Amino acid sequence: MSLIAPELAGRVLEQALARGGDLAEVYAEEREGFSLTLDDGRVESPQTGREAGVSVRVVSGDSTYFGYVDGLAEAGLMRVADSVAQATHGEARRPVATTAVSPRDVHRIARPPGDIDAAVKADLLRLCEERARSAGAEVAQVRVGYGESVRRVQVHNSDGVSGADERTRIRLSVQAVARRGDRVETGSDTRGGHAGWELLEDEPGAVADAAARRALTLLDAVGAPTGRLPVVVGNGFGGVLLHEAVGHGLEADAVQKAASVYAGKLGEQVAEPLVTAYDDGERPNEWGSDGMDDEGTPTRRTTVIADGRLTSYLYDLLRARKDGVASTGNGRRSSFRHLPIPRMTNTFFAPGDATPEELIAGVDRGLYAVSFGGGQVEPATGDFVFGVSEGYLIEGGRVTAPVRGATLIGNGLQALAAVDGIAGDLAIATGYCGKDGQSVPAGVGQPHVRIRELTVGGTA
Amino acid sequence: MSALEAVASRAVEAALADGADDAEAFGEEQTSRQIRVYGGQVESLSDAGSRGVGVRAFVGQRCGYAYGTDLSEQGLVSVGSAAREAAAVADPDEHAGLPEEFGTTPVEGLASPALGRWPTERKVRLALEIERAARAHTGVTQVEAVVYSDAEGSVVLANSRGFSGAYSATSSWAYASAFAGRDADLMTGLGIGMGRDPEALDAEAIGGEAAERALALVGARQPPSRRCPVVLDAFVSASFVGFIGAMLSADAVQRGRSLFAGREGEEVAHPALALADDATDPEGAASAPFDGEGSPTRRTGLIEDGRLVTFLFDARTARRGGRDSTASASRGSYRSPPSVGTSNLVVSPGEDNLEALVRRTGAGLLVTEVAGLHSGVNPVSGTFSVGASGRLIEDGRLGPPVRELTIASDLVSMLRGVVAVGSEDRWVPVAGSVKSPPLLVAEMSISGA
Repeated sequence: MSLIAPELAGRVLEQALARGGDLAEVYAEEREGFSLTLDDGRVESPQTGREAGVSVRVVSGDSTYFGYVDGLAEAGLMRVADSVAQATHGEARRPVATTAVSPRDVHRIARPPGDIDAAVKADLLRLCEERARSAGAEVAQVRVGYGESVRRVQVHNSDGVSGADERTRIRLSVQAVARRGDRVETGSDTRGGHAGWELLEDEPGAVADAAARRALTLLDAVGAPTGRLPVVVGNGFGGVLLHEAVGHGLEADAVQKAASVYAGKLGEQVAEPLVTAYDDGERPNEWGSDGMDDEGTPTRRTTVIADGRLTSYLYDLLRARKDGVASTGNGRRSSFRHLPIPRMTNTFFAPGDATPEELIAGVDRGLYAVSFGGGQVEPATGDFVFGVSEGYLIEGGRVTAPVRGATLIGNGLQALAAVDGIAGDLAIATGYCGKDGQSVPAGVGQPHVRIRELTVGGTA
Repeated sequence: MSALEAVASRAVEAALADGADDAEAFGEEQTSRQIRVYGGQVESLSDAGSRGVGVRAFVGQRCGYAYGTDLSEQGLVSVGSAAREAAAVADPDEHAGLPEEFGTTPVEGLASPALGRWPTERKVRLALEIERAARAHTGVTQVEAVVYSDAEGSVVLANSRGFSGAYSATSSWAYASAFAGRDADLMTGLGIGMGRDPEALDAEAIGGEAAERALALVGARQPPSRRCPVVLDAFVSASFVGFIGAMLSADAVQRGRSLFAGREGEEVAHPALALADDATDPEGAASAPFDGEGSPTRRTGLIEDGRLVTFLFDARTARRGGRDSTASASRGSYRSPPSVGTSNLVVSPGEDNLEALVRRTGAGLLVTEVAGLHSGVNPVSGTFSVGASGRLIEDGRLGPPVRELTIASDLVSMLRGVVAVGSEDRWVPVAGSVKSPPLLVAEMSISGA
């Protein structure tokens, strides 16, 4: 069932182009969500929400005019189209006819989360709490979060693109606090995907185990070393390094404004030949995957680095048109309230030939950064910073004491050039990526990766 | 009664009719504009309208929440019962419930009529002037973004205990991001201005600030590691203050997630430091006559003469702690239930201007930018290590710019080490709504080369 009739979408586009413009687009969305928390021993904050809205944009030259309204009613829609059209000054244009759409069916949902009784979800949270607490008497506090959402989107543009997509996402997160005397440490873990309840049927307690183990491990942690050191970065969430240090700089909006250190470097060798990296929005049931992006372009795998050479930027329709290339299916938005901009989907290093043990064995004194609490980059300079949430010393080629409070800082181009080993154990974790006030689910991942040298800012 | 007030009261009735013992509805209506300019042209212009309602339903000691954008009779009935249904999933909480007392505190000037008198073209000209002002500085190589935004909106709150409140507010703000230097030496700078209407925005000041902040960092290098005194400029101190404010939530404290737990009445900061939460400051972006559950707003001293005076409480945490609410139930939007949070955090200014603080520092570091605060601070222990850039301080004067370094300490040591508070306070809307001057911290650990 479509959110708005294709015929109405056609009239909206015609209205939007009443005073000219190169491209008009109408985007409709309906979202339902449910979330639940267990904290302080209690299941709390059950929340449900349902919202619907539509936005219209007209692109004229280098300028974009945009408006949105809550609800899918025809009157509101036509009003937005009219107000957006008022911003342009030219001859009316006729859009290419819209066509009927049905959702792309790329990511199979076996058990829609909405079909599962809320009490079952509450029990899952209780199970996770028990598991985390049973990991050790020093586990003092546990918070478990559950969230599900279904997002139906539909888009039509004046170039004849018509598309629809239905996205079901589910996510479980556990945070454990461990306490020993004055010493307090936290550990967390998550599992999520563009998937249904089936994702949480296979040993969900493992998420709680991992969170508790991290918190307990940190109780024994020593202060982090400081200085320039070799760093082995763990698989899964370790990929946030690639996301921040490289990925944001490949988004075409930053590149076209010369606000990226990767601008003008297409085709250049930016890393050792052992490095290949992808952005892949089509990867089945992955957290950052969709059937199509939010402009109706089917998602796909884009090789951004091939054997160390920079091969592609990440494009939405607008930036692709400017560079005379096709969109790579990276035009994403956090809701109908936002303009689409180039965003990563699932970004990860391709697996290599080494084993994690081999990478570690090659380090005499360094840091093993298993997981990060988050990170940030300034794409224009490439300067990045990451907080290490689980890390260990490497001494004499072996992993020794856990460390706390380590921060990695550096520069994306330099860090990428310093990658000198990649293992084969690719894993992808769930992140939320913020940019220009828009948050979208993004998969971050990699196998174990070794970086010859990075600045470690410690607390020791 | 306005249409939105009618919506809220209808949603409360719907939840009660469906079996809730108590209910509360929060309605929001807003129109907003955003103008982004680049290279002397409009890059994008957005016009938006949004309207929605969120309902909190209490069934015995259980609480549930639902929201929706369908404000028809049928839509409101369905939001009301969704909230009541959600409550059934929650475990009972003996402290859950609406506040016992309600009320409003008059706050003048939340809505400015001047905003309505500015046509879009004039706002576009303002944004273009900001861009020009930034470019006019020699050495600025690019103005990557200038964004102007404004909003006018109404908020209503109604509950089953007879409270009904409404207010309108306007806001305008703009920022510019300028680049100076090229290639590996390129540095960025941010300029910000905010107020109730565009007349409060000074194009020269916003563009100039972005340019000057970028230019000050050109040629930055990684400094050697050391321990030294650090001056945090107003942007940076506001980021830290926002983080500290979140740790003063009674909810974080009661759940064992705040390093300030059990420290009420203790000396947690240098006597020079005074911090308040003030929802009644007419200039504050988060000011309002009542909080997210209908308690009248006020000014609450949090740290006075270096001593921790109180935490921030909503009705639930106040009951649990045997205290009074500080009217700190905060709401992001109708899409989320109220939770304990700060309104406007205000650090009282001191005597010294920035130049005097730098002189007093002698040898050390001025930090003008921090990155990774959300991942670099352990919220429970308060230890942190965050990325930073700024200028070295040598012989009491600003020296060469530095980047790619981290500053590390823990929040309590940092607060106790604030030996001087600057005189030039300003609003910084980066980590919530914060008004802070620069701060001189006696010692921090710098990691660089």
